[in-house]
Amino acid sequence: MTAPLLTTLFPNIDDWAELGQACLDTLLMLGGSLALTVLLGLPLGVLLHLTARGQLAPMPRLNAALAFAVNVLRSVPFIILMIVLMPVTYFLVGTRLGIRGAIPPLVIGAAPFFARLVESALREVEHGVVEASQAMGASTWQIVRHVLLPEARGGLIAAVTVTAIALVGYTAMGGAIGAGGLGDLAYRYGYLSYKSDYMLVTVALLVVLVQLIQALGDWLAARSARRRGR
Amino acid sequence: MPAPSRSGPAVIRFLDVHKSYRVGGRDVPALEPFSLDIADGEVFGIIGHSGAGKSTLIRLINLLERPSGGRVLIGDVDMTALDEPALRAQRRRIGMIFQHFNLLGSQTIADNVAFPLRLAGARDEAAIRARVAELLARVGLEAHADKYPAQLSGGQKQRVGIARALANRPSILLCDEATSALDPQTTASVLDLLAEINRELKLTVVLITHEMDVVRRVCDRVAVLDAGRIVELGAVADVFLHPRHPTTRRFVEEALPEEAAAGEAPFARVPGRILRLSFRGAATWTPTLSRVMRETGVDFNILAGRIDRIKDLPYGQLTLALEGRDVDAALAALRGAGIEIEELPR
Repeated sequence: MTAPLLTTLFPNIDDWAELGQACLDTLLMLGGSLALTVLLGLPLGVLLHLTARGQLAPMPRLNAALAFAVNVLRSVPFIILMIVLMPVTYFLVGTRLGIRGAIPPLVIGAAPFFARLVESALREVEHGVVEASQAMGASTWQIVRHVLLPEARGGLIAAVTVTAIALVGYTAMGGAIGAGGLGDLAYRYGYLSYKSDYMLVTVALLVVLVQLIQALGDWLAARSARRRGR
Repeated sequence: MPAPSRSGPAVIRFLDVHKSYRVGGRDVPALEPFSLDIADGEVFGIIGHSGAGKSTLIRLINLLERPSGGRVLIGDVDMTALDEPALRAQRRRIGMIFQHFNLLGSQTIADNVAFPLRLAGARDEAAIRARVAELLARVGLEAHADKYPAQLSGGQKQRVGIARALANRPSILLCDEATSALDPQTTASVLDLLAEINRELKLTVVLITHEMDVVRRVCDRVAVLDAGRIVELGAVADVFLHPRHPTTRRFVEEALPEEAAAGEAPFARVPGRILRLSFRGAATWTPTLSRVMRETGVDFNILAGRIDRIKDLPYGQLTLALEGRDVDAALAALRGAGIEIEELPR
């Protein structure tokens, strides 16, 4: 290992294992919260789409209520949301700290955002295709499952990518109030202890993570477009 | 002349149906109250300009649009009285094709054609594959099963649409401006395919269009729609050769550009009586005109004319100027031979 070189470049970083652990924590928070965000946000986005005026199941009141709730959650800055949600978090997972404590606010912060992206991806599906399916006797559920979601696949992949990257930012913010991970290291060592090499390394790692997510998302989107023969 | 007798009893019945949309708190009528029967096995055309209500009318058949009043019967089923599951079951028996094809871009051609089968609950993959192969063969696309819609031409996409519409062996096929996005040559081949399907599968076809030529080529009967009202209805040959409503006349003129170009009072300087003779079917094959003219000693001058087909019916239409002492006798003899005659204003 090139330990002497690393020591010269980053004199304040004495525990690389801690940095490795922080990386892992960030990835776990990201993976866990992204999975739950999609699980929660996808149905919410579908519901927002279906209940809108002129869509398959127009329910103006429900739509307005959902849209309002989504807008409220989206207008609270994440770091405030995290503090406000602490009792809820404690009730849900039994702690306010660590990876487990971070996941509820991450999901509640990101799911409405993701739901809006899902809604706009579904809106891009041509109405004619939906009408043709209705003419073939498809039920609303069949249209969602076999028409809207597959036809919007490219947009949905992009939505997951954008949400994952937003979640990377959220996890870093979460670090400041006890969630752990790279954001926590950057905040504690880099900001509070003036160890700027910590800041540099964590930021570099976050940049790499975001790049990887974007590249993966682009690759999946391109593959889905190729499958459509484009 | 009555409609061709190939068609049977009414399979689609509109009973005092009307439709209006609510726009800004006000009811705006799209279709005035009307009743209409479409017979089993016929190709029924609905022609109108955009905004005339034809898209609404065709969608009333499978209840993609719900009528504001009146009833729509398919066979003896009142579509307007069905609950959702029963309506979906009925819709599976009515195929529909669209101007913009509306295929699933994320699915192969084979999967697009299999889609209505799967929606209807088909699970036996071998049977689905066999049916899809049969349908693709009918529309001449066997070689394209594994392609995606984006890889096909417009005409090919519409053929996929037709195969998909036929998958559940419907008794009715609705065509929503099915050829409006296609070039003339492709239009002709798609219309030929529709006529063939109508003939071989004994399917009732309802099509909407804004082109009289589409009606002339494939339809048995036609309804002319103008501002939400059916202003003319009848056998295509009658409507085409003797249009009465101004809107119908405009549609016919669009299909016959040279007549429209002649403008107002085109025969003002021609001597004699101006007459339009229409020959249909067998009358087009006999030299009636020259025989009658010879026998009556009347002189004729041909001002305009055409010989063409309306679906399977050959027809001729000649505009003549007649001069001589026995013009009336000549006209009587022509009428006696089954030729329709109209005197035109000069």
